[in-house]
Amino acid sequence: MTDPLDLYPISEKSPDSAVSASGMPLDRLTLEEVMSGRVGTGDIRISAEVLRLQAGIARSAGRDRLALNLERAAELVDVPQDIILEAYEMLRPGRLTDPALLSARAEMLRRDYGAHAIAAMIDEAVAVYSRRNLFRRRY
Amino acid sequence: MTSAPRWRRFDEWDARMLRHDLFAAEDPEAGFATFHSPWDPSPSVRVEDGRVVEIDGKPEAEFDILDAYIAAHHLDLEAIGEAMAIDPVDVARMLVDINVPRQKLERLARGMTPAKLVSVVSAMSSLEIAFAYAKMRQRRTPGNQAHVTNAKDDPLQLAADAATAVALGFDEIETTMRVASNSWANAMACAVGAAVGRGGVLFQCSIEEAEELKIGMAGFTSYAETVSVYGSEAAFIDGDDTPWSKAFLTAAYASRGIKARCTSGASAELLMGFHERQSVLYLEARCLCLQRAMGVQGTQNGGIDGAPLTTSMAGGMRELMAENLIAVWLGLECASGNDTRVSESEIRVGAKITPYLLAGSDLLCSGFGSIRKYDNTFNPSLFNGEEIEDYLALQRDFEADGGLTPVEEGEVSHLRMRAIRAIAAVFAELGLAEVSEQRMVSVAAASGSQETDSFTPGEVTRISDAIRERGLTAVDVVRALARRGFDAEARNLVLMLRQRISGDYLQTSAILRDGKVVSALNDPNDYQGPGSGYRMPDARWQAVRNVRDLQTRDKVLERERRQDPTAPPWLVPQAEAAKGEDPHEVVIGLSPAFGGELSRTTAGHDLIDVVLALTEGIREGGGVPRLVRIRHTADTSFLGLTAARLSGSGYGIGIQAKGTAVIHRADRLPHMNIELFSNAPVTTLEHYRAMGRNAALYAHGQAPEPVVVPVDGQSLAARYHVRVAMLYAIETGLVVPEAPPLELSMTLGQGGLST
Repeated sequence: MTDPLDLYPISEKSPDSAVSASGMPLDRLTLEEVMSGRVGTGDIRISAEVLRLQAGIARSAGRDRLALNLERAAELVDVPQDIILEAYEMLRPGRLTDPALLSARAEMLRRDYGAHAIAAMIDEAVAVYSRRNLFRRRY
Repeated sequence: MTSAPRWRRFDEWDARMLRHDLFAAEDPEAGFATFHSPWDPSPSVRVEDGRVVEIDGKPEAEFDILDAYIAAHHLDLEAIGEAMAIDPVDVARMLVDINVPRQKLERLARGMTPAKLVSVVSAMSSLEIAFAYAKMRQRRTPGNQAHVTNAKDDPLQLAADAATAVALGFDEIETTMRVASNSWANAMACAVGAAVGRGGVLFQCSIEEAEELKIGMAGFTSYAETVSVYGSEAAFIDGDDTPWSKAFLTAAYASRGIKARCTSGASAELLMGFHERQSVLYLEARCLCLQRAMGVQGTQNGGIDGAPLTTSMAGGMRELMAENLIAVWLGLECASGNDTRVSESEIRVGAKITPYLLAGSDLLCSGFGSIRKYDNTFNPSLFNGEEIEDYLALQRDFEADGGLTPVEEGEVSHLRMRAIRAIAAVFAELGLAEVSEQRMVSVAAASGSQETDSFTPGEVTRISDAIRERGLTAVDVVRALARRGFDAEARNLVLMLRQRISGDYLQTSAILRDGKVVSALNDPNDYQGPGSGYRMPDARWQAVRNVRDLQTRDKVLERERRQDPTAPPWLVPQAEAAKGEDPHEVVIGLSPAFGGELSRTTAGHDLIDVVLALTEGIREGGGVPRLVRIRHTADTSFLGLTAARLSGSGYGIGIQAKGTAVIHRADRLPHMNIELFSNAPVTTLEHYRAMGRNAALYAHGQAPEPVVVPVDGQSLAARYHVRVAMLYAIETGLVVPEAPPLELSMTLGQGGLST
């Protein structure tokens, strides 16, 4: 098996593996394509596949914490912006008094987006927040 | 008896900029402790059933949010046993040992608690910390980051200043706003400006998280460093986050292809009032373990907003270096502070940056103020627009790559105008605003926003609102640029979008050089002592050392060249000079190049005027001047002594073309002169006249008051020696060892002599 590190930088060594969130290959992202009007917002977004590839590269470089973060990021690629921002807001201290709401958000991300690592992280937060009494209003 | 007066030196010290700095006494109970507080825990860890159940003396049941996150996600059970058992001084020695690989030390760090990390770096001197930093930092090639902001949020100036920052070599540009609602205009303007010239610069717009994510998604920005973390639970909550909310945000940035780094730094908790009586380094070590645990690729630490507070404490600068070392030791990219202006003393500022220049850093400054101090919306940086050339000089002095490159006037003028025209074209193409030629020229020439006639903040807000409301993205900007003929800039922006899709710059310590990603993965720091690690490539060193206005022999000699080389010489050599008979005679011995190859003193006086001043002075004193050309020496003492021995009175004056002059007497040892003007650059014609007068008075047997050329402490050596050395070489080059002195006649000007 080849070392994932050999793929890095993907833009130089493996541009074929780089596909945007909309499925557009990297090679097609050129000025000419942009001018032709065939490049939209989804085409300039990173894909979950590329993030997983980069996670493998990071792990291979001995950076497993970064790899886990990139894998969590891969899970969030398809999660709409407002849901991400809402979840972030719920995770901030003193926003919720009911832990169940945060648990429900974890469950929703797991169910609707297959975001298992993200959901596990939120579940962990629920446990610690409960123990540290962070489910109390700050305003 | 009168009491001892106050020494006025204290008044002078009081007036120095340094006295604006505050120095704080050690007071751990109040949080004023750098490396150690009695309330810091001792290193400890306990693992049960594959779980960390104690960190630094605290049992699991008492874990606060930081302990809990560090226990679960930072501590590597495989490394913990060895890492916690090893003697801190032994690890400190390994950190400075070129034979111990970086990877081995990184593995140990993964098994260390915050208190253990602190115990190791506490054993190291500033020099050892800097050296270990050079070895442990992640990317081999050093880089730097610029702040680009202005007091008006003027997009024209942002574009021009971003382009200037790119030309100066910055790898990252960070902007922020005076008025939060101007963020979209700021982002668009900086993105366009950063695409002018070489392009490929990472760009950040610092604002509230949700807005920052949106601007990033629109393709304007490529990194974020507002992921702040704090070293105590109370400070974290006060900062309105938790380790989980920040870890979530970190993943969210990556999910949008945006590079992220955390922000932390000594004294943040102290400023916020939640220091828990612990040392600033211990609290920062907790932040850094947490950051590794979150999986963020890097940090900006080294004080940041708390840096001035940290440097108010004894050992504060050493502490800032120590926390940077812990960051890179944990495998994190480090934007190593050196942003907030820690002192009003330029000496302390220069000293602060020096270890980083020597050691190198992923980003030496996590915000070098590329603009004027008053334009920096983040507050003044350690170095600012005013001081960029000082920084360039330091790079050159130490042969150290601080990430910046000298720029030429013409190049910068062109780039600034191009950037302004580019953003104006984008605004026009997208129907956002029309920019008058007068505004463009005003901004291009302006050093800062106080000089510009440009957009008002209110006008900018309307542009910014329109960008946001219409959902304009980087793709729209690319199209607008290309349609208006800014093809290169459009391509540079497309390059940034391509990089985003590849995710390559999400890896540790990534920057872009020549459009290609350079990170800890494909450019790992491999320092293992002399002959390894980063050395400036030849072309880079050529660029770094080529600071503005280099003195070359050609330039210096051109400056000396006589205005009319065909004009007849004003000093005409005659026969070999003999000893004079007149008891009131004062001989003036001129050096070999005086009045010939060289025509001015270092003070800029024409040598004709100098000779006239001397001769008139001699006559005023009742003496009789005689000029001779001395050829066997160019040394002032020997010029003077030779002249004295030819003089009927036994008194003579020796003078070099650069203006150094001496009164000598025939019976003296060469270096025991009567009077000496050694500081030619501050010697006036009146001084030469007085010297002539005194020489004549000595010849009359009088004892006049010696002429004193006042100096005010300027470094004349720094100001003149380069030119002096080049010019003096012309004098010494004309020396003929055995050649006798020649009589001289002066062929022009009133008061001239003839023999």
